[in-house]
Amino acid sequence: MLDLINVSYDTQIPNNVGLSSDKRVLKALEKWHPGYINWWNDLIPRQFQDSLVYLRTAISVDPKGWAKFDYVRMPEYRWGILLAPQVEDRRIPSGEHAGQPAWQEVPGEYRNMLKRLIVIQGDTEPASVEQQRFLALTAPSLYDMRNLFQVNVEEGRHLWAMVYLLQKYFGADGREEADDLLRRSSGSEEAPRMLGAFNEATPDWLSFFMFTYFTDRDGKMQLESLAQSGFDPLSRTCRFMLTEEAHHMFVGETGVGRVIQRTCEAMKEAGIEDPYDIQAVRNLGVIDLPTIQKKLNLHYTLSLDLFGQEVSTNAANAFNAGIKGRYQETKIDDDHRLQNSTYPVVQMVDGKVVTVDVPALSAINMRLRDDYITDAAGGLKRWNAAIAKMGVPFELKLPHPGFHRHIGVFSSVRMTPDGGLVSTEEFERRRDEWLPSKADGDYIASLMVPCSEPGKYAGWIAPPRVGIDNKPGDFEYVQLHMA
Amino acid sequence: MAKVIDFQTDPSRYRHWKIRYEGAVAHLMMDVDEAGGLFEGYELKLNSYDLGVDIELADIVQRMRFEHPEVKAVVLQSGKERVFCAGANIRMLGGATHAHKVNFCKFTNETRNTFEVAGAESGQYYIAAVRGACAGGGYELALACDHIILTDDGSSSVALPEVPLLAVLPGTGGLTRVTDKRKVRRDHADVFCSIEEGIKGKRAKDWNLVDDVVPNTKFDELVAQRAREFAAKSGRPADAQGIALTALDRRIGEDGSLTYSSVEVEVDRAKRVGRVTVHGPKADEAPPADVAALHGQGASTWMLRVARELDDAILHLRNNELEVGVLVFRAQGDPALVAAHEAFLLDSRSDWLANEILLYWKRVLKRVDLTSRSLVALVEPGSCFAGPLAELLFAVDRSYMAEGDFEGDNRPVATITLTAGNFGPYPMSNDLTRLQTRFLGEPGKVEEARARIGEPLEAFDANELGLVTFCFDDIDWEDEVRIFLEERASFSPDAMTGMEANLRFPGPETMETRIFGRLTAWQNWIFQRPNAVGDTGALKRYGTGVRGEYDMKRV
Ligand SMILES: [Fe+2]
Ligand SMILES: [Fe+2]
Repeated sequence: MLDLINVSYDTQIPNNVGLSSDKRVLKALEKWHPGYINWWNDLIPRQFQDSLVYLRTAISVDPKGWAKFDYVRMPEYRWGILLAPQVEDRRIPSGEHAGQPAWQEVPGEYRNMLKRLIVIQGDTEPASVEQQRFLALTAPSLYDMRNLFQVNVEEGRHLWAMVYLLQKYFGADGREEADDLLRRSSGSEEAPRMLGAFNEATPDWLSFFMFTYFTDRDGKMQLESLAQSGFDPLSRTCRFMLTEEAHHMFVGETGVGRVIQRTCEAMKEAGIEDPYDIQAVRNLGVIDLPTIQKKLNLHYTLSLDLFGQEVSTNAANAFNAGIKGRYQETKIDDDHRLQNSTYPVVQMVDGKVVTVDVPALSAINMRLRDDYITDAAGGLKRWNAAIAKMGVPFELKLPHPGFHRHIGVFSSVRMTPDGGLVSTEEFERRRDEWLPSKADGDYIASLMVPCSEPGKYAGWIAPPRVGIDNKPGDFEYVQLHMA
Repeated sequence: MAKVIDFQTDPSRYRHWKIRYEGAVAHLMMDVDEAGGLFEGYELKLNSYDLGVDIELADIVQRMRFEHPEVKAVVLQSGKERVFCAGANIRMLGGATHAHKVNFCKFTNETRNTFEVAGAESGQYYIAAVRGACAGGGYELALACDHIILTDDGSSSVALPEVPLLAVLPGTGGLTRVTDKRKVRRDHADVFCSIEEGIKGKRAKDWNLVDDVVPNTKFDELVAQRAREFAAKSGRPADAQGIALTALDRRIGEDGSLTYSSVEVEVDRAKRVGRVTVHGPKADEAPPADVAALHGQGASTWMLRVARELDDAILHLRNNELEVGVLVFRAQGDPALVAAHEAFLLDSRSDWLANEILLYWKRVLKRVDLTSRSLVALVEPGSCFAGPLAELLFAVDRSYMAEGDFEGDNRPVATITLTAGNFGPYPMSNDLTRLQTRFLGEPGKVEEARARIGEPLEAFDANELGLVTFCFDDIDWEDEVRIFLEERASFSPDAMTGMEANLRFPGPETMETRIFGRLTAWQNWIFQRPNAVGDTGALKRYGTGVRGEYDMKRV
């Protein structure tokens, strides 16, 4: 009998989907595999490919104890196909088919819509690895380097997860799309990734932490909505991916937190009271809080763009078809069909921001974005508590959702982080007050010097409170290969 | 008075397009202003268009021919990131009346046809440089170009998603150009037209949906190269100076009347009749002495002026006077002068401007052919139905000619004058001249008529030659014409449209007749069906997230 909890290693590809008895898909995946390995090998600098990294690998999809930690050379990482266990008699949670048994096969009428959603999700997974490819060279510690690689291999596995769905359920078209996922690449002029934020650079470690906090959180929300899909294999895939995604956001939240902590500590030690005395703070070799706010502004707003148009036909169609749901759909107390309800959406009317009730179906994106904003506010509260505890008069804020937007109703106007309307000229003139300037980037870049001695950390970031897998402070998370 | 849809615009008023001229190449950027819709209730997102966007495009295409003779290649591109053009705006279509949808499609079709032939007939080639999503009407824009270049960036595609997405057809020539122009294999076309997300990359080229598929980094280079190649094929003069298409001299009356310099339109809303009178050149308005004089006259030369005025009048009536079911054409003036103006252009055809004016007449006359109103011509005393105006006689559904002298009317006896122009330069969309179409069963009659070129033909001869439907003398004229008009205006407009459209275009099919006949008729049928436009139809439901409900019976 098929063991759907524990991962089978009876093929080259670890899985809990009975791959060894599904010759067609196995063959397709084996054909895709070398291209993937090439992509990985071309991406990550050589010396790290040969290093031993203390990574966790999924050995089961049981929510308790699914991971095993060990030293691995990344190219030998066991990327696999892992679906959360099937829920008995699962029903389609939302849309016009709500209450009907969940689909185990792709319904023909929704094939294209499903494929498009999977391709878009799949396109983001390798993109972030591409964006982060050079960061290991300037890792502030072995601990951070290991976390980076953990995030990277898991994004790689998420790509596998999407590729499996494409190859298993979408025939020749699916195989073609799977190949194209390796053809597009982040920031490429030739064939860029599909979504804007995934073509932006991740130039330094503060960006990496902001990215994992804000942009991976968008990924989380998208996965949450796909986890509510009536197409059961997609739902199960996404549910398992979410367990991995949680770690990425942990890396982001603790990463930003450690940067803040180090800055505040250094200020206190030096007796600097004014957080806006940027030069004085920078003289200490740490990142001043106003610059952290600017980085936050940038990554938060790029991530908001990923939610698409506030009022969206595609999102409405997908929800109504039951191929994606809302955040925690099954916990919401309503009819799950939304054909007669409304949802408040911001609109620009005659140059003013107003809230309009629109048909709830068309506001699916807006609702997910609202849930995202609530979710993203949690970490800020904790960061601010830490700042306050250290006695620094400064508070990080999420900017107004109209600030620095390229998609949606706010893309046609210019706003300050407080939500005040300004002219394009004024916005451009004051841009450097709100978003990282070239000089800010240069300063941060100057701090990015690698620190690869076990237990040591670069001067701009505090050590973590606890180690990964409860390892002691001086644990060698990466055994660097010295060629 | 309801909002008048005005087809006149000029570059200072464009909201949706930007043009950059670089010698022989013009770069035309579609950059639709979301908030610039012609009507309320929709936003022109993703470079989608409505009639207002197309009116600007038509103006651009027209001015390109007259104001920019130096342009040999026009590169059509998107001014937006990641989207070329999403096609006609769906919410606009969902909310529009049937009549508006039909008129909108007809006008956009006419504009596509205009730039489609600009290369072959006038050496001004259009190249679609596609980056980003190119769907529906967006791909139809590209299809009407001489050449389509698609970037191979892994996501840009061409698509005709109307059927799966909206339960309607790609109605701006899409289906027809895929099979007739690009000769895409019909089973491939079947696949292509059923998939919402379209086709990208190599397959788009393999199936001949596009001409070039090119890596994104080489895109601009190839576009520039193709533009140079097409420009090199062109015979347009490099050093020519354009003429300015100055604003029309036009007054619109409260009663719907239109007064231009040489065209007058009287609208009788109670009788549902529109009377269009074209005035020939004034007595002192001799044809230009030479080509230089023609260029000096520019937009004011009679042939061009009248073509522009007639064109605008037809468009105005089509879109603003929906209940005017019958259009009556008259022509008043000196037929010899009309013939002389035309003859000058025909003799000077090696000059680009003379040629453009004649090509424009071809388009205007086609516009008349395609106007779904009952068309009638009255050849009265004092008429100047000669050459291009005589073509109106062969365009209409019926013509009535006055025979002999009319009491108390001191105008010259009614005549018709044929010219060389009636035997070639203004073919219909079936590629035949109007006389060839008229005499489809008796080709000898065309030759008979040709032998009478230049002769002022009175009613007896005109009737013998088969150039008019009926001739009536002073005694019968008024009653016969009145009764006919009253009868005509009382018939079901739908039956009239259908009957006339079928009878007007006998003879061979061309891509154009297939677009205006087959494709349009099917589209207009679908546009009436509940599966598309019913309250639960796909077009009405588009954007709500709720799917269209179909009556699954095949009809
Ligand atoms: Fe991921
Ligand atoms: Fe992630």
